[in-house]
Amino acid sequence: MIWVTWRQFRPQAITAAIALGAAAILLVATRPGLVAGYTAAGLPTCHASCAALASNFLDRVGNLDHVLFYGTAFLMYLVPAVMGLFWGAPLIAREIEAGTHRIAWNQSVTRTRWTLAKLGLVGLAAVATAGLFSLMVTWWASPIDAASLFGGSAVTAASGAHGVHVTFSGFAEARLDPVIFDARGVAPLGYAAFAFALGVTAGVLLRRTVSAMALTLVVFVVVQVLVPNFVRPHLLPPAHYTAPLSTGHGQVNVNAASGVTDIVLTAPFAKAGAWVLSDVVITPSGAPSNVIMTSAGPELTALPRGCLSTSGPGINPLACRKLLAAMHLRQSVTYQPASRFWPLQWIETAIYLLLAAGLGWVCVWQVRRRRAP
Amino acid sequence: MTNETAAIEARGLGKRYGHRWALADCTLSIPAGHVAGLVGPNGAGKTTLINLATGMLAPTTGTVEVLGGRPAAGSQQLARVGYVAQDTPVYDGLSVADHFRLGAHLNPRWDAGLARRRIEQLGLDPKQKAGRLSGGQRAQLALTLALAKRPELLILDEPIASLDPRARREFLQVLMNAAADQELSVLISSHQVADLERVSDYLIVLIASRVQIEGEVDDLLASHHLLTGPRRDAASMPAGQQVITESHAGRQSTFLVRSSGPVIDPAWTVEPVSLEDLILAYLGHTAGSPEGQMLEINQ
Repeated sequence: MIWVTWRQFRPQAITAAIALGAAAILLVATRPGLVAGYTAAGLPTCHASCAALASNFLDRVGNLDHVLFYGTAFLMYLVPAVMGLFWGAPLIAREIEAGTHRIAWNQSVTRTRWTLAKLGLVGLAAVATAGLFSLMVTWWASPIDAASLFGGSAVTAASGAHGVHVTFSGFAEARLDPVIFDARGVAPLGYAAFAFALGVTAGVLLRRTVSAMALTLVVFVVVQVLVPNFVRPHLLPPAHYTAPLSTGHGQVNVNAASGVTDIVLTAPFAKAGAWVLSDVVITPSGAPSNVIMTSAGPELTALPRGCLSTSGPGINPLACRKLLAAMHLRQSVTYQPASRFWPLQWIETAIYLLLAAGLGWVCVWQVRRRRAP
Repeated sequence: MTNETAAIEARGLGKRYGHRWALADCTLSIPAGHVAGLVGPNGAGKTTLINLATGMLAPTTGTVEVLGGRPAAGSQQLARVGYVAQDTPVYDGLSVADHFRLGAHLNPRWDAGLARRRIEQLGLDPKQKAGRLSGGQRAQLALTLALAKRPELLILDEPIASLDPRARREFLQVLMNAAADQELSVLISSHQVADLERVSDYLIVLIASRVQIEGEVDDLLASHHLLTGPRRDAASMPAGQQVITESHAGRQSTFLVRSSGPVIDPAWTVEPVSLEDLILAYLGHTAGSPEGQMLEINQ
């Protein structure tokens, strides 16, 4: 069965090898530039308060590397889907469509062995391919990922036109951010195994390659949207953080320069590389405050009475500061710390591998009890 | 191969799809060592019976045993049965040589010499992709794949339906030679009576999902007679003579009867029947079979 499976899988294997080779050439050629920037920023020898150095480095990441950073992430979402659509779905469906399963199932090999050999060998190839892609991408992006973990950010705090803003020491997408998490480490191996098994199962059940591909795509996308949003946050109990806005790291800064009336609050939460699940500003009683989160940072929905200057436009900084201090606002954050990256990776990989194994069992069972050709 | 074990033995075998029975209450016992023809119109249940015998389908009712074992029960059982499926599927993307490598890897009793000799006889290029073969060549490749497996029983489902007359003749010739050389039992289905008449020494007629007659061709021919004589009602025929068909013209009646003994009534002109007439008679016997279901007699 090994030879037969290999012979039928050969065209896909060659395509995968070419794609891997092309990606490797591109990434090997561009990584030295990233490493040079990382070294030039002084990050390899930095031991404390490296956020500024990291931001410095991230600010200087070139356009091509920017495109590659997000391009490779997109590639990593694509690879498991391709395994499901082009390796999984046709694996058995195409045999049934062409009628060749009637040859295959009448050689001196039981259907169970036939199915297991195909599932096992091509599935292993899918996992290995996804693993090699992930290894290359994780390796290539490691300077950027490391800088993000230092707390570096290429995003400068935006200031609103009118109202109160809280600026965070913003992090570029750290490894735990779903955008990056799905494209690093071992999780893509699990995704590939799952997508592949999903494709094969859809093919066995629908017996049509094209319908099986469509079903595989829909189910896989839905799962990949649901898991980071609703499952991954709860795989490990999240950590909680709460601290006053006006003490500790945070302070109330009133900025009324050049006619812009901003009240900028600095939030105290500063855990580099953390995955923030919820971030609200609350009153001492724990009730939500009238500070709401916006894309530019938390914004006070209405300025406290007495904040506005009584003499002309703008605000009265002293009065505002006093009023805000009297509100005793607190930042409350639910998050997964950066150290959870690998535990979450392994747990999620295990879940996807289990799902893949379950689907594999469905395939074997369905092929054994197949009704009509 | 002992004659005690039937090539195919079915008891009360039935297969239902929803409310429709594709095969109903089929009981038959095909002895080993025959080339058995399974004949019937399209949709009669031939393919269903074959799928049940190859284990491609599971029966709704009854049992079927092939060479004494459950169909496709394990690799041992699979090795004993060769199967050429309807439309003789082959892997279009694989070469002729690849098919033989596949056969060699998947079958412990693979006969590489036989496969090579057959391909030489056919004049096929081993490097040729199967997708580019003609219909006749594809059928020959599928047959070779099944024969080189060295089965004890070869089952063929309408293998020649889509072939031109010359390819059909060649295919059957190869099949006949192989059956003789390899001491094969063969079950071949067709809706083309003339083809089966050339190769079969055992016959099963399947009409409207039921077995109408089954037996060795010689016995069937010996027990059926065409009687012509003065006009007479079918009900007045002796008890030992089962009337299959009757036709009346003027003062004359013609009956096809099944009778274990010879017909000795001097009023009748007794003639032997051809296999073709016999099968046709049984087809007509199932009253009201529509024209579209008729057997193809000539090509």
